[in-house]
Amino acid sequence: MEAFGLLMHGFAVLLTWKTLVLMMVGLVLGIFVGVLPGLGGPNGVAILLPLTFTMDPTSAIVMLSCIYWGALFGGAITSILFNIPGEAWSVATTFDGYPMAQQGRAAEALTAAFTSSFIGSLVAVLLITFLAPMISSFALKFGPPEFFAVYLLTFCSFVGLGREAKHKTVISMSLGLLLAGVGMDTVSGQLRMTFGSTDLLRGINFLVAVIGLFGISEILLTMEERLALRGHAAGISLRVVLSVWRDLPKYWVTLLRSSFIGCWLGITPGGAIAASFMGYNLAKRFSKDPDGFGKGRIEGVFAPETAAHASGTAALLPMLALGIPGSGTAAILLGGLMVWGLNPGPLLFVEHKDFVWGLIASMYLGNVVGLVLVLTTVPIFASILRVPFAAVAPMIVVSCAIGAYAIQNAMFDIWLMLGFGVVGYVFKKIGIPLAPFTLALVLGNRAEDAFRLSMIGSGGDMKVFWSNGLVGSITTLAIVLLFWPVIDKLFGSFARLMRTSKSNA
Amino acid sequence: MSNTDIEIVVDDPTAPEVNSPVVTSVRIVDVVVSLLLLALALTLGWDNWRTGAAWDSTGPQAGYFPFYLSVILGGASLYGLVTAFLSRKEAAETFVTQAQLRRVMAVFVPTLLFCLAMQFLGLYVASFLLVSTFMRVVGKIALWKSLLTAFVFTAVMFVTFDIAFDVIMPKGPLEAALGR
Repeated sequence: MEAFGLLMHGFAVLLTWKTLVLMMVGLVLGIFVGVLPGLGGPNGVAILLPLTFTMDPTSAIVMLSCIYWGALFGGAITSILFNIPGEAWSVATTFDGYPMAQQGRAAEALTAAFTSSFIGSLVAVLLITFLAPMISSFALKFGPPEFFAVYLLTFCSFVGLGREAKHKTVISMSLGLLLAGVGMDTVSGQLRMTFGSTDLLRGINFLVAVIGLFGISEILLTMEERLALRGHAAGISLRVVLSVWRDLPKYWVTLLRSSFIGCWLGITPGGAIAASFMGYNLAKRFSKDPDGFGKGRIEGVFAPETAAHASGTAALLPMLALGIPGSGTAAILLGGLMVWGLNPGPLLFVEHKDFVWGLIASMYLGNVVGLVLVLTTVPIFASILRVPFAAVAPMIVVSCAIGAYAIQNAMFDIWLMLGFGVVGYVFKKIGIPLAPFTLALVLGNRAEDAFRLSMIGSGGDMKVFWSNGLVGSITTLAIVLLFWPVIDKLFGSFARLMRTSKSNA
Repeated sequence: MSNTDIEIVVDDPTAPEVNSPVVTSVRIVDVVVSLLLLALALTLGWDNWRTGAAWDSTGPQAGYFPFYLSVILGGASLYGLVTAFLSRKEAAETFVTQAQLRRVMAVFVPTLLFCLAMQFLGLYVASFLLVSTFMRVVGKIALWKSLLTAFVFTAVMFVTFDIAFDVIMPKGPLEAALGR
């Protein structure tokens, strides 16, 4: 119950006018970002990060995480009303959400989406509240070999479990790790990969890369599409909200299943996108009436939204407890922690109690406030889409430039951002995933330090990664996950072999 | 009070045509990117080898970790190169059509000019120029609307970042004349 007391303390930290106002501002900006095409959670957080540089860390993280919640809420609005997913994780919401809007049940679908988002993140926040302190106190015993093993596990699971072509994930990840190493070497103080350039001396800033990769490249990609749209407008009345809420208990299995899937995929680097599809597909498979899906079933809105939100929120658990982000946005928040001078990792729970519990409390409060906010202001946000993209695009470019420049006050970073914009555009089009790159860039230095420290500790003996049960099993698991596709195939052919030999006998 | 009528309609006057000729295919870009990555891996690998990628008395040298990463990157890009060469399946897949490329350039070139102008005119003046010109030329929005939007946006940015949050941005002659 220690967690409960600390949580109450967190609420006390939050309940000042200033923080509440920041929270509202964050939520509104977040919904805005979620509704606009060409901007998503990671971009929004990355672009708006410079706003927080002069704030204290608690206010800053509260505002940024609220932008994230807002973006999660906002994605549903365009999916349902316009059949345009504002975010990749809201694609599954369009399957049943848009048909509902066509049948004149837009208000119902929106209420369902927002409510289930709320439920999903609530479950995940509860998980974080009770699990994160336990994991972090366990992780306090970790030495460099254990940390390296955990990093290795993160990287390997991306390669082994990702749906993209394996070599492309490897390219993206090793490129990120390499670029993280540019600049001064933290252990020996030597310069690496700078080629005599004074600008590269500082290294390649993670946030600059993210703003380019997600912000600029997204605009280039969006411009390729035809941007005309037609959509339904809807206001939500209290009567509709109450009637949807009255029916909620009927769908408790779907909600619970999706929350569980979301939490699981959020903690492991599966992500909100996979979670929303999986939530939807499982709801369809277990339904008594699977043919009704895709034609405007309310369950088809509940399932993916709950999963996406649970996953988006649960992605913050490994970031808080271990310093390893579970999603792209979590990686950016982690980058933010470093800017504010906090060292992410298990020590955060010991050294910065106010900060951590303030953040966790803000997850509760942000979701409640967010739910009320979206339910009351949907028509306003839907009409944002009336603003033509030709007006929005240059504004996003300017915001990106401000963000990139503000981090280190360097003109070089503007060019770097532009370069990463082009890289991101090309990579997305040829199917090189960007999430492993982001993760590798933010974790690169820490992973290398952990590796070298354990090597120094062991005198260069690789066996240190199998020196005790804990580190040994993490390392082994990492290697199994890396070769998972091969193992899976072997098992498959082995099983087939057994079957054929049995049928022959 | 929900409404089934289509209520929000936005047009896109300069949308790319659907049947525009293909500029290049995914396969060619794949090959080019693999070659570039391979070149990058070789350069970085060589640089790290020079820094020292072996072991000394204190453990791995500074270039050790990045050197082996360059090897992995090189290997993966080589593999990508070979598969891209061997695959015939992706040959038909379009990377970008002419009309799409024109639109992408319509946003990329102004962004490039904006970054250039920023160094001489300061961020705020450059952003006013970018927003107004882009809205007028690409979006075909009325001139007064474009100018007004650009002015309001730039002013809001200036107040937020320069006055309220004290975030320093590149400034040019106009700000100097105004004494900021």
